[in-house]
Amino acid sequence: MLKPEAVEAGDRLPAQTSFAVRIEEGLTLECGVHLAPLDVAYCAYGTLSAQKDNVILVCHALTGDQYVAETHPVTGKPGWWGRAVGPGCAIDTDRFYVICVNVLGGCMGSSGPKTLRENGEPWGTDFPPITIRDMVFAQARLLDHLGIDRLFAAIGGSMGGMQVLQWVASLPERVGAAMPIATAPFHSAQNIAFNEVSRQAICGDPDWHGGRYWAMDTIPAKGLAVARMMAHITYLSEEALTQKFGRRTRRDAVPSHEAVASGNSLFGEIFEVESYLRHQGSSFVRRFDANSYLTITRALDYFDLSADYDGDLSAPFRHCATRFCIISFTSDWLFPTSQSRLLARALNRAGVNVSFVEIESDRGHDAFLLEEPDLDRTMRGFINGAAEQAGLSQRTAPDPEAPVERGTVVTEGTSHAS
Amino acid sequence: MRLDQQLIAEMIAPGTRVLDVGSGDGALIDHLFRTRQCDARGIEIDMREVTRSVAHGLPVMHGDADQDLVHYSDDAFDYVVLQRTLQAVEKPREVLRQMLRIGRHAIVSFPNFGHWRLRLQILLSGRMPMNKVWHTPWYETPNIHPCTIQDFLELCESEGYVIDRWLAIDEAGERAPWRRSIRLANLFGEQALFLLRRR
Repeated sequence: MLKPEAVEAGDRLPAQTSFAVRIEEGLTLECGVHLAPLDVAYCAYGTLSAQKDNVILVCHALTGDQYVAETHPVTGKPGWWGRAVGPGCAIDTDRFYVICVNVLGGCMGSSGPKTLRENGEPWGTDFPPITIRDMVFAQARLLDHLGIDRLFAAIGGSMGGMQVLQWVASLPERVGAAMPIATAPFHSAQNIAFNEVSRQAICGDPDWHGGRYWAMDTIPAKGLAVARMMAHITYLSEEALTQKFGRRTRRDAVPSHEAVASGNSLFGEIFEVESYLRHQGSSFVRRFDANSYLTITRALDYFDLSADYDGDLSAPFRHCATRFCIISFTSDWLFPTSQSRLLARALNRAGVNVSFVEIESDRGHDAFLLEEPDLDRTMRGFINGAAEQAGLSQRTAPDPEAPVERGTVVTEGTSHAS
Repeated sequence: MRLDQQLIAEMIAPGTRVLDVGSGDGALIDHLFRTRQCDARGIEIDMREVTRSVAHGLPVMHGDADQDLVHYSDDAFDYVVLQRTLQAVEKPREVLRQMLRIGRHAIVSFPNFGHWRLRLQILLSGRMPMNKVWHTPWYETPNIHPCTIQDFLELCESEGYVIDRWLAIDEAGERAPWRRSIRLANLFGEQALFLLRRR
């Protein structure tokens, strides 16, 4: 274990961006279980202002993680939202201190099914059921730890958007501005149905071993890959698939007699869309834990903001001063615009200051991760407007006088790629 | 900003809550925020304008007068503004009711169908008038509920609204001198601008 390391705000070198904090007092989960200690892994970019008023929390989606703007340590791929987070980007790290936290239940350093218990074994399927609210409170514990009272903004897409909504619903005084993107105030029956197919694929894999696959020195690779393949289809639109692959084949669409007689070529990779999905599945298996996938998909399914308020979606937002910008995409059928509109109207009823934009895109749910000029413009405009309203200066000058308590660094961080 | 928007802005007290229904490029709410410190928000039906407004940091949401006003709570605003749009909504009377439910005041501007040139056109040609304001043929115009200043006054009376101020203006937004006579305003005013409140 490394020694506690106090990092000065304004200290740009060394460019350590990846951190892990152990919070000994832990967190009482919504299910009643007290989880202690609580590990929270996160990445942070930019410079914390002296007033600590320039913090943007970026919340990641189901299979995302904290490596939002840097090379992923496992896959070697660029950060999942590098186009939105960085110097001069919409979420400008020259101006804001950007934090992205691996969600509770995740598998990149925060407490989750992969975490070792006292008996030296991973939690596995014994990991308590968690909710989006638990994820948010784990993030809030981290901010407490860092001495950050208030977020200038919370921003996230898909499940990240749900965390943004939950942040405002649970801790409205701690969020200045909220940008939920391609998300919904509750998980629909269709959303739950897709998740259930994913879970069945994993649990049906003989290598899953009732969730104790680590004991057998294996992983349910087949099941997890199928889960990912199926989910990936829901992230794309029909138009996107058609444009990208159409009916293009990798080899003869109708295999020869000999090929069929010799074995499985009829069900080998014939169409390009198939090899694309298989590749998506197999590369996912290398970086994601199956039990984490089960745990997080359940947290998604439980999500329903209005459940505690007799179905009144306005109730959790009444009298909140947070500025909202809701963004949806025309071709997103997993979290359709109708859900965002429902949310926007509920916020109107609550008197909240809300902007609502539906961006034209043919790329489905994944559009929020892709190059969409209107998304970029909207994000920049909203952030600038909110900053102006909050009286935040254009650039945040580094202030070496403000120390940030990082707490106990339990794992060594990866350094910034560039 | 258009001159008629300047006139609207002058009707609005500083530091108040304003909803601009049909906010277009957001010029009015931007002006109200910057010069009058208003909490000014917009609703706009054209998504391109919405995106442009939000990209300028303005709080605008996609929606329209007929569908979305019903989702705001009573007295949520001090002023609800409807610029040059009343004639294009599906249910003008209902929209006015909603405006004065969610706002203490309503500011409404509309093109006056009683203007003498329109009257003359219909008299001489016997066909639906066409000019700069009414520029689309009857079968595809979005302006499905044209009305005159007289018509609007009558509606306000039957709905029990108090008219705090009214102006007849020409197309450029210049204030017209026939303020004292509604009959003259109805004949010579190209646009009308009303500040209403509940009784």
